[in-house]
Amino acid sequence: MRARVAYAGAVHEAKPAAVEGRVRLADGRDLAEEDVVWLPPLEPQTILALGLNYADHARELAFKSQDEPLVFLKGPGTLVGHRGMTRRPVGVEFMHYECELAVVIGRTAKKVSRADAMRHVAGYCIANDYAVRDYLENWYRPNLRAKNRDNATALGPWLVEPAEVADARSLALRTFVNGEQTQSGNTRDLIFDIPYLIEYLSSFMTLGPGDVILTGTPEGVRNVMPGDEVVCEIDGLGRLKNSIVSDAPFGR
Amino acid sequence: MPALRIPFEFPPFALSGRVYGALLNHRTAVEAIAGAASKPPYNGLPKAPVLFIKPRNTLALSGEPIEVPAGEDELEVAAMLGLVIGRTACRVAESRAHEHIAGYLIVNDVSVPHPNYYRPSVRYKARDGFCPLGPKVAAPDAVGNPDELAIHTYVDGALIQTTSTSQLIRPAARLLADVTEFMTLSPGDILALGAAAPAPRARAAQTVVIEIEGIGRIENPLVPGRA
Repeated sequence: MRARVAYAGAVHEAKPAAVEGRVRLADGRDLAEEDVVWLPPLEPQTILALGLNYADHARELAFKSQDEPLVFLKGPGTLVGHRGMTRRPVGVEFMHYECELAVVIGRTAKKVSRADAMRHVAGYCIANDYAVRDYLENWYRPNLRAKNRDNATALGPWLVEPAEVADARSLALRTFVNGEQTQSGNTRDLIFDIPYLIEYLSSFMTLGPGDVILTGTPEGVRNVMPGDEVVCEIDGLGRLKNSIVSDAPFGR
Repeated sequence: MPALRIPFEFPPFALSGRVYGALLNHRTAVEAIAGAASKPPYNGLPKAPVLFIKPRNTLALSGEPIEVPAGEDELEVAAMLGLVIGRTACRVAESRAHEHIAGYLIVNDVSVPHPNYYRPSVRYKARDGFCPLGPKVAAPDAVGNPDELAIHTYVDGALIQTTSTSQLIRPAARLLADVTEFMTLSPGDILALGAAAPAPRARAAQTVVIEIEGIGRIENPLVPGRA
């Protein structure tokens, strides 16, 4: 597992240090995790995201099950690293987190079969794919104003290789808001699982190294407010922390 | 996968490979859907700009073939003016939008015809080679007023559609301002301004040419896709 962090004027690869809460840079420096700036662990190319990919969450939002994955695309400006901040615009009624397993593609995938799909995975991260529901419109829903806002998709802290993950088909996901657990799920409940998604997407588009698939979120989304600390956790992938702020830090 | 091979005329910038396009930003497109827009699933026209993304696998150059997927008779081709961002564009004021535009090119938003705009339609719009663009990045001086450009689409040499950027709901500067209110655009990103309706259609073995005055033309043959 590895991270990208900025420290003392340079960007570094970092790994977990022997002591929890500390990181070790590739050059040997051992630092407290709050003393480095955490960047998204990679600079993704195409970012694909799934909506309504857990049956419980689809029920929560009163959607019927689908016969085809609900896929949408995101741009790179929406990404923010571990320990980053996400703005909740003043006047918004409902903004929520979404803890998701992010799958990073490692090799070109075109018309890949389900059986062959996992060979194309380079690793996994945690994603927190915020939504501002006030801005949802029924055109190309979820539209970018609701789902592709600057700094509104946290990614990290680590990029974890498949060999380091017990079984991506069965990973528990949890979200905590100010320390209280609000969301829980397991990737075994994905409606469209990772091999299916790779087969489906690569049937019509070539996936390439650095493309990322955010696989969707289970039930338990809650409104979050400025000052809230949101932690998304996935077994074996670490804990992705994010703070909600209001307009003021952005000079709005 | 098509690489980005388009020369960018203003070093040190290069195209980023990120292409965003606007839905329903042309008067004819809004008129075409006006009857359906008030009913479910839409329940009204959009208030803010609605964008789609053409990912990097869709990008192609003039001359490259567009595959018509097996089982489809024709494709829609949607001719648009594309703004090439030259400076980071975040919360841009409409009056200063021109400072962020490095130039212009032609964008052809190719789609498999699909019945509605409720879902993002990635399977219909993000196929390999479905976003030919070019033929170059034309400098603002060479293009003149971006809000008065004629756009012509030809299929096999016959003029199928003539439209103009003067019919955009949000002209270039307004769209850039409204989009960068919620998402930053970076140097080399492309913002395509939106197409007229109905979108021209073409079939395999036909050739589509799009021309925008001051920029040039892109020409792409349609070929049958492999099953």
